[in-house]
Amino acid sequence: MQPPPADTASSASVAPGPVAVLEARGIVKRFGHVEALRGVDFEAHAGEVTALIGDNGAGKSTLVKILSGVYQATAGNILLDGCNVTFNSPSDAHALGIETVYQDLSVAPDLTPSANMFMGRELVLPGLLGKFGFLDNARMRRESAEAFQRLKVSLKDIDMPIASLSGGQRQSVAICRSIMWAKQVVFMDEPTAALGVVQTRRTLELVRRICDTGVAVVLISHNMRDVLEVADTIEVLRLGRRIARLRNNNISIQDLVGAMTGALDSTADEQVTA
Amino acid sequence: MSQTIVAPTAEDPVPTTVQPPPNLSRRLRAGMTSSPAYMGVILVVLFLFFTIMRPDTFASLFNLRNIFLDAATLMILATGMTYVMIAGGFDLSIGSVLVFAGVCGAKTMEAMGTNTVFTLVAGLAVSLLAGGAWGLFNGFCISRLRVSALITTLGSMGAALGMAYLVTGGNDVRTVPKMLMTIGHGTVFGVPWLVVITTVVAIVAGVVLHMTKFGRHTFLVGSNPEAARRAGINVQRHVLLLYGLSGLLAGLAAMLSLGRFSTTTLEGHGTDPLEAVTAVVLGGTSLYGGSGSIIGTVVGVFIPAVLANGFIIMGVQPFWQMVVIGFVVIAAVYVDQLKRQSRDRV
Ligand SMILES: Nc1ncnc2c1ncn2[C@@H]1O[C@H](COP(=O)(O)OP(=O)(O)OP(=O)(O)O)[C@@H](O)[C@H]1O
Ligand SMILES: [Mg+2]
Repeated sequence: MQPPPADTASSASVAPGPVAVLEARGIVKRFGHVEALRGVDFEAHAGEVTALIGDNGAGKSTLVKILSGVYQATAGNILLDGCNVTFNSPSDAHALGIETVYQDLSVAPDLTPSANMFMGRELVLPGLLGKFGFLDNARMRRESAEAFQRLKVSLKDIDMPIASLSGGQRQSVAICRSIMWAKQVVFMDEPTAALGVVQTRRTLELVRRICDTGVAVVLISHNMRDVLEVADTIEVLRLGRRIARLRNNNISIQDLVGAMTGALDSTADEQVTA
Repeated sequence: MSQTIVAPTAEDPVPTTVQPPPNLSRRLRAGMTSSPAYMGVILVVLFLFFTIMRPDTFASLFNLRNIFLDAATLMILATGMTYVMIAGGFDLSIGSVLVFAGVCGAKTMEAMGTNTVFTLVAGLAVSLLAGGAWGLFNGFCISRLRVSALITTLGSMGAALGMAYLVTGGNDVRTVPKMLMTIGHGTVFGVPWLVVITTVVAIVAGVVLHMTKFGRHTFLVGSNPEAARRAGINVQRHVLLLYGLSGLLAGLAAMLSLGRFSTTTLEGHGTDPLEAVTAVVLGGTSLYGGSGSIIGTVVGVFIPAVLANGFIIMGVQPFWQMVVIGFVVIAAVYVDQLKRQSRDRV
């Protein structure tokens, strides 16, 4: 966990560069006979919030899992900073600074928040003990507590298993974990689904703040108001295809719903060509 | 982590809570309500009860030593089982693997016909190898071929015992080098070798489980394997290693059993895996994986052992121990489920 210097991070956050930090081209994913994705294009820019919307079963989670290395695409390319990359596992994506808040959260309920924050990236003690894999629990606990404090997540007891937390608190832990490690891209698959009003507000503020540090945030949400509030760009999926890429200016909830359901199949010039 | 995320908003309605340092009394309270603590109290009560009822027989050094000796091999098997069960698995094969590994070790030493440290080391190496190989085979079937743990180890249970019978022609190997019997019966500073070895194994296993990355990954794999995989943990390899470890420990237990009984006891280990599961569950390790401890398993091994011994000494039919333990196990699992239900609120 090497924090990038604060100044360079925020300087990268001005305008989206011409090259997307993460780009997907023609992603196809089949599960047996089910074709979940049928040639999806997608791009996320540094310092921008890209919303990914679509009806249930449109393929949003599947796309996110492919771009996080959980699934491998049946066909198509993934480009990071314009270079082809392949993710054979989630670790490959992690190594390139891509983090994900999964829809099912991906936490270990029996373990503490700090064990979850450092899952798979445990810190070991310095010296010989560390060589034998002895954990530096005190440091992981401290750094987790700092991260929670910084992101304003209040947990009653940081030493209790995650299962004893509320659904929203669990979600907050998952969000904190991905933010702590992300350097390039954070995917958030319905991060506010289990959150109350206050916590939802905070998460959306957080989304803005993270992307101000120069990280690309991809937000999946079914709440169109939230999407219009935070997103710079909105990508619309329908039946495994991207059918629109909209800049967030002067568009209404009706436009988004229309694009998702196909009722309104021409948002004129804002629609993606080719 | 970037500092720019900090930017506190002034109008934040909820005050930020700073986490207090780990509070000793809170930790103590959490520890006291855990299953190992409850069971530990029960163990102490049982112990005191039998001591008061039969002070000069139950609490005699001779008798206590016997309890420990009887518990030694089971403790080693239950240690491996604890790891496997914390990771959400199950190993029914350990009794048969113990017999198979013991037969291999005994045959090797018999063939060498010598009685040196080297004989012992060779026997031990073969026994560990045989046990570890069975364990890895189980692990391979479970993690790679995705056969359920119950079925895989049930199959191995039969196959390993069958192979032990094939190798021996159905007759126990009884020629055990004197030196191994020294380990089985001798003492260091008054403490039986078996007890020393078992204690070392339990301590090392406990330290590794609770203090190292390997142990942490064991909990993670049991708690949510998919999350562990997404976090970059090689779940398949970890599961493979855990079953290998279980087999390896069965190999070690086999040598200790050989030293104690001077025979391969082909018939004597049919219920070992069940006794090990009983001990692990009594010790508070969850059947669903994700939580458990070695200290709990130590308590879980000794409760049935003390109960059986105490009943015999008090002239109660020892079969009562089986009855009591049977119901206690069911109760322990019921309590574990209740705890989970009250905890897993959303
Ligand atoms: N592991 C899988 N095996 C088979 N089919 C799958 C699998 N995962 C997803 N699918 C299928 O792919 C399609 C897209 O699913 P996905 O979860 O990506 O939708 P989504 O857009 O995230 O929906 P939601 O808004 O409900 O979360 C669905 O039809 C689903 O049945
Ligand atoms: Mg989804």
